[in-house]
Amino acid sequence: MRGLLGISGAVIIALLVLVAALASLIAPYDPADIDLEGELEPPSGDHPLGQDRLGRDILSRLIHGARVSILVGLVVTGISVAFGVLMGSLAGFAGGAIDNLIMRIVDVLLAFPGILLAIAITGVLGPSLFNVILALSVLGWVGFARLVRGQILSIREREFVLAARAVGAGPLRVIVRHLLPNVMGPVIVQATFGMAGVILAEASLSFLGLGPQDVPTWGAMLNEGADYLLFAPHLATYPGLAIMLTVLGFNFLGDGLRDRLDPKNR
Amino acid sequence: MKRYVAKRLLLVIPTVLGLVTLVFFLVHMIPGDPVEVMLGETAQDADKEQLRRDLGLDRPVAEQYVRFLGGLTAGNLGRSFFYRKPVAEVIMERVPATVELAIAGMIIAVLIALPLGIVSALKQHTVVDHGAMLLALLGVSMPNFWLGPLLIMGFAIAVPIFPVSGREGLASLVLPAITLGTALAAVLSRMTRASVLEVLREQYVTAARARGLPERRVILKHVLRNAMIPVVTIMGLQFGALLSGAIITETVFSWPGIGTLFIGAIQSRDYPLVQGCVLFISLAYVVVNLITDLVYAAIDPRIRYQ
Repeated sequence: MRGLLGISGAVIIALLVLVAALASLIAPYDPADIDLEGELEPPSGDHPLGQDRLGRDILSRLIHGARVSILVGLVVTGISVAFGVLMGSLAGFAGGAIDNLIMRIVDVLLAFPGILLAIAITGVLGPSLFNVILALSVLGWVGFARLVRGQILSIREREFVLAARAVGAGPLRVIVRHLLPNVMGPVIVQATFGMAGVILAEASLSFLGLGPQDVPTWGAMLNEGADYLLFAPHLATYPGLAIMLTVLGFNFLGDGLRDRLDPKNR
Repeated sequence: MKRYVAKRLLLVIPTVLGLVTLVFFLVHMIPGDPVEVMLGETAQDADKEQLRRDLGLDRPVAEQYVRFLGGLTAGNLGRSFFYRKPVAEVIMERVPATVELAIAGMIIAVLIALPLGIVSALKQHTVVDHGAMLLALLGVSMPNFWLGPLLIMGFAIAVPIFPVSGREGLASLVLPAITLGTALAAVLSRMTRASVLEVLREQYVTAARARGLPERRVILKHVLRNAMIPVVTIMGLQFGALLSGAIITETVFSWPGIGTLFIGAIQSRDYPLVQGCVLFISLAYVVVNLITDLVYAAIDPRIRYQ
């Protein structure tokens, strides 16, 4: 059953990435095309998911919105993993004052609950794709740094590491060849859950009006739809479903990977 | 215990100092001239100068920073221009609504999570267990800005039992509390399940069974009591998630708490109020975490000696 969930997660994500990559080819309309006569029209043959407040095609906007979600998810997770692994291995391997400094910075960033700091940063810098990525990356690396540091502390005194040092391997070689390969499993698992978290956070920022402004995003579509729950519930329904399915897909995959990569959880 | 408390308190100091510093520099991150951003480009030069002086922005950054710290120790967070009142006063007016929502969300989460987690652990690898955990995964993946509108469509519009928005009476609390509590319920039920499973494997549980105690008694007295310790800790630590979730939930339901105050402050570029909200919410979070840690150490002696 667990394996099945992981696979269904992978399928959902593969489909989503495909949709995002081919958005311009498969979207039936230009997502920005306004058709005032089709204002708030419910789903029909021409517009399978209906039209929004300005008569724009909801399906096409949803397809293009996938791009923002996937792009922000990948870029932020990529930056977070790279920087987090770097900082975590530095702290874990060097120890002492460096470790202390890095962990105090981590503590400070963790003292802001959830996406509070991201809301504040995008709120102050102004809403844009770049600022969303910046705000989420400022926080994103912290979890990976803690994870990698903890793992490195637990294995750096093990025999195979001591053996490598005994035969004269330098610190860089020990980290890259001996320590990091052993912490990659948990990092990959956390990165998968991280994608879910980042996509949810981007949608939250967009919902609050702090996301990218010139392209359709699921969060902003949902926010717009919230004003028409009574007369045109389809406006909020589809972007909501899209966000939930995507996040669910990454959570399924994360659970599946964790079972595979971490035998302790079996 | 005293040593542990002292150590834990000392650790809070650099965190709070870092937090305050970051919040101070938030306003200095504003691209361009903050005064112009706040007043608009058409503002009179005299007004701009006035505001610049009021905010102390005409002073060197170091001096501003020291003044900011000095103000904080006296509980002074500056003045909100939108409300034309001290920031601290504006925030305190909104605190009860958010606390009320957070507590109600926590209660909902516990009411759902504990039975769900306990039952799925006791019935591990059965349909009940798989179903409950699938439900939990759904709950974590459900953004509250989507669950909120769904609940409004269902229980305020289609079947109008509860009000769509606002804060009037207990009925208006129900939908926001469910919206806020769901994600936490999902996290807590997974935690509860894992914790109960772990305790079930302990030798003292086997010993209790070997002594011939009825299964009911084993579960209630020996398993659940011990399994609840980490769950209570997670509840405390998740209070932060609840606070940041409240920002979105309050926005969905126009709930007059700190969340809507904060978003409103961003929209009206009321930066002293933005700073005040960020500071207040994160300090509340730090304090709750601190209390959680201390309570945990008090009830579980193993922690103190680590």
